Amino acid sequence: MFEIRIHSRGGQGGVTAARLLAMASFLDKKHATAAPFYGAERRGAPVVSFVRIDDQQIKIYSQIRSPNLIIVLDGSIMDSVDVLQGIQPGGTVLINSPHPVDLPNVNVLTIDLTGIALSVNLVVAGSPILNTPVLGALAKMGVITRESAEAAIRGMFTDERNVQAAEAAFKELIV
Amino acid sequence: MLTVATGNKAVAAAVKAAKPAVVAAYPITPQTEIVEQIAEYVTSGEMDARYIPVESEHSAMTACIGASITGVRSFTATSSHGLLYMHEMLHWAAGARLPIVMANVNRALGPGWNVWAEHSDAFSQRDTGWIQIFVGTVQEAYDTTLMAFRIAEDQGVLLPVMVNLDGFTLSHIMQSLETLDPGDYIPPLVLPHRIDTENPAGYGTLTGPADYFKFRWGMEKAMRTAPSVIRDAEEEFFRRFGRRYGPVEEYLCEDADVVVVALGTLGVEAEVAVDLLRKEGIKAGSMRIRWFRPFPDLDVAGRDLVVLDRGYSFGFGGVLSDSIRSRYPSASIYSVVAGLGGQEVTYDDIADFIRDRKMGEEYWFGVDA
Amino acid sequence: MIRMAEIPKEEYLEKCTTACAGCTSSLTLRYVLKAAGPDTVLVVPACCTSILQGTYPNTAFSVPVYNIAFAAAAACASGMSEAFSSIGKKTNVIVYAGDGGTVDIGIQALSGALERGTDFLYICYDNEAYGNTGMQRSGATPMGARTTTTPGGKTDAKKDIDRIVAAHNIPYQATATPAYPKDLFDKVKTALATPGPSFIHVLAPCPPGWRIASDMSVAVGKMAVKTGSWVLWERKYGELSISAPSKGAMKKRAPLREYLSLQGRFKGISESVVNELEQSIEKNLARLAKEEAGEC
Ligand SMILES: Cc1ncc(C[n+]2csc(CCOP(=O)(O)OP(=O)(O)O)c2C)c(N)n1
Ligand code: SF4
Ligand SMILES: [Mg+2]
Repeated sequence: MFEIRIHSRGGQGGVTAARLLAMASFLDKKHATAAPFYGAERRGAPVVSFVRIDDQQIKIYSQIRSPNLIIVLDGSIMDSVDVLQGIQPGGTVLINSPHPVDLPNVNVLTIDLTGIALSVNLVVAGSPILNTPVLGALAKMGVITRESAEAAIRGMFTDERNVQAAEAAFKELIV
Repeated sequence: MLTVATGNKAVAAAVKAAKPAVVAAYPITPQTEIVEQIAEYVTSGEMDARYIPVESEHSAMTACIGASITGVRSFTATSSHGLLYMHEMLHWAAGARLPIVMANVNRALGPGWNVWAEHSDAFSQRDTGWIQIFVGTVQEAYDTTLMAFRIAEDQGVLLPVMVNLDGFTLSHIMQSLETLDPGDYIPPLVLPHRIDTENPAGYGTLTGPADYFKFRWGMEKAMRTAPSVIRDAEEEFFRRFGRRYGPVEEYLCEDADVVVVALGTLGVEAEVAVDLLRKEGIKAGSMRIRWFRPFPDLDVAGRDLVVLDRGYSFGFGGVLSDSIRSRYPSASIYSVVAGLGGQEVTYDDIADFIRDRKMGEEYWFGVDA
Repeated sequence: MIRMAEIPKEEYLEKCTTACAGCTSSLTLRYVLKAAGPDTVLVVPACCTSILQGTYPNTAFSVPVYNIAFAAAAACASGMSEAFSSIGKKTNVIVYAGDGGTVDIGIQALSGALERGTDFLYICYDNEAYGNTGMQRSGATPMGARTTTTPGGKTDAKKDIDRIVAAHNIPYQATATPAYPKDLFDKVKTALATPGPSFIHVLAPCPPGWRIASDMSVAVGKMAVKTGSWVLWERKYGELSISAPSKGAMKKRAPLREYLSLQGRFKGISESVVNELEQSIEKNLARLAKEEAGEC
């Protein structure tokens, strides 16, 4: 089973990212579950969501304790939350950041999702949309296929800029 | 159609397929998505129903009662305090023999405010005369909601049905979902006692003890008929749509020395614990009870039962344990009070409960005694 | 009117709330508590304010807050107010409830408490929807506004709770908005100094619900007053007076469109709904002007 934890802020689309990722995995003919952890969050508060991907039916509902992959949609969360908590040995962290980030004992990948969203003008109510471009990055990492990523995005959004942003992220991420 | 959906969206999709004439509902976390989705269906014209955005749950249930007694299909959804606020009208709906279907997204009760899963909301409506079913997956939430209309509206039953799904754990998780066209799986509703100006009658008139008693016995007779109707609804569902359900979902129970008994998602996660224990050579099994009222027959003889109690009768004991104990006085039970207020209970924890079981005792998980 | 500099510096709502950025309901609370002072108990039904306190054992308030079931705030305050007075205490009992907890599910308890002459202040902060649960319609949602349960825009008009409350003939009743903090502060002071029930209805623009940027909520509140969508007034023992900011607005109203177009929730509103809103503003203003002039 491949387990993913996504850190974001309320309103940034972490929950939608989890759902898109589950949808894409499902299109890849795998079993997947996506679950947000709901606290009493408000716009701007740190939130986490979880995705499990497996070849068999997933019967586990409890939270992911040792993820294989951690996604950080908002780097500023790292000041207040230990995003690496429980990471599998050899696990990977994907961080939305324009600059390289150095973290001990884990594989770190960075990609400027905010910059990508802004470059295609994927902005809603003043905030760049991060949940669709991150799918492109995950496709590049091989977590999901590129086709399924696009299909999942098109299934949820009609605005083609979402797909463009995912494409841009796919091209930009160096793995 | 194959898709992915949350538990809430699955319920809403099933309701759409069941084509109720009236939906009256009030939002409450974590049920809100059901209400919002149905409002969306109705606004977009995908669903041809009257959606009544009432001002409270008392009115939600009462509007369903008003609709149902005219002989049309009605639906509502709620959770926690919303269910409690309906309490008076839950007795009314069952006593009036109205086949209303309701989704209840199980959530803890205040104070303090707590929006996470627990079964106390449903348990405290145990004796209202509603049929209660607990589900464990998104697909099951969908399928059971469809079945609920058929069961409630059966002429031998005519009792309301509550479909329970765990707050957040199931209401908000996304899993795969196959939606279907129920066709005539749910026959048209015929309510024999519907309001009819051609045939005027008084409803709920002052009733003396002798008649009152008959009405109450009628409710119990319906409850006693319900198991065969539910079995039939489940069989027919399997025959038409290929997914099989029963009163109890048994997992590796045949040769089990110890069986964990639970409701809802805890009962699904318990199967993972059973797999773990089997690898250690412990002959464990799992029984996930689907119907809570009417209470099903259980095979409890000669085995230890580790019962996960997600709701408690203060001054007495775990509610699920109590139901089992009073039906099977000789059952050997270890009651684990766990998962209150959304407490995390993992398959590892469940495996520990089984390994460390003390038969005849009660254990409050996570509380230092 | 009090001067801004005279409003007490003390804060009874700390900076650690979990409210959204730009939440004017929490801004309202700050002024309410500054006016009320420390000998105050807040009674709060289920609403955004139940959440913004934070998680037990923490609380963002430095006055006691009694959380109570959604329908029940005014009844709880009744018991509390009688109890305090029975032991000779002058503690302020203030219900701080949302529009849903007031005009919808809580209206029965509210009506009862007003009719019984309960000595308390009931504040309804009106963000015109159910914020706590993610912005579904309430009886106070204006016509044309999109919420998650009115995706095509609400087709019913906003319930006029002020006239319902007025029918109880209580000693003090007012409207306010934190976009005019001095006016709000003075009204809370007056309400608390008036024995018996008082009711203040506060318009509280809500960034996520109204789909406005976080730094626009005060400006939107001002625009509500300038367009006459929200009228500031107070009624003491039956005598209505229109408050200064609205007096100005009544002389020359800003076009309603300027208020609506600031908010995402009115996106795509039809011309006919705008006209209906416009007409209801005119009717309301005319009615208030007549009442103030003693013509009714
Ligand atoms: C009996 C009951 N029904 C529903 C709820 C869920 N609920 C909690 S707060 C709320 C909406 C509150 O709206 P409002 O009073 O306008 O306050 P706001 O959240 O906007 O601040 C709802 C529907 C509840 N707690 N209790
Ligand atoms: S939803 Fe609106 S009222 Fe509620 S905390 Fe956020 S800004 Fe305030
Ligand atoms: Mg509100």
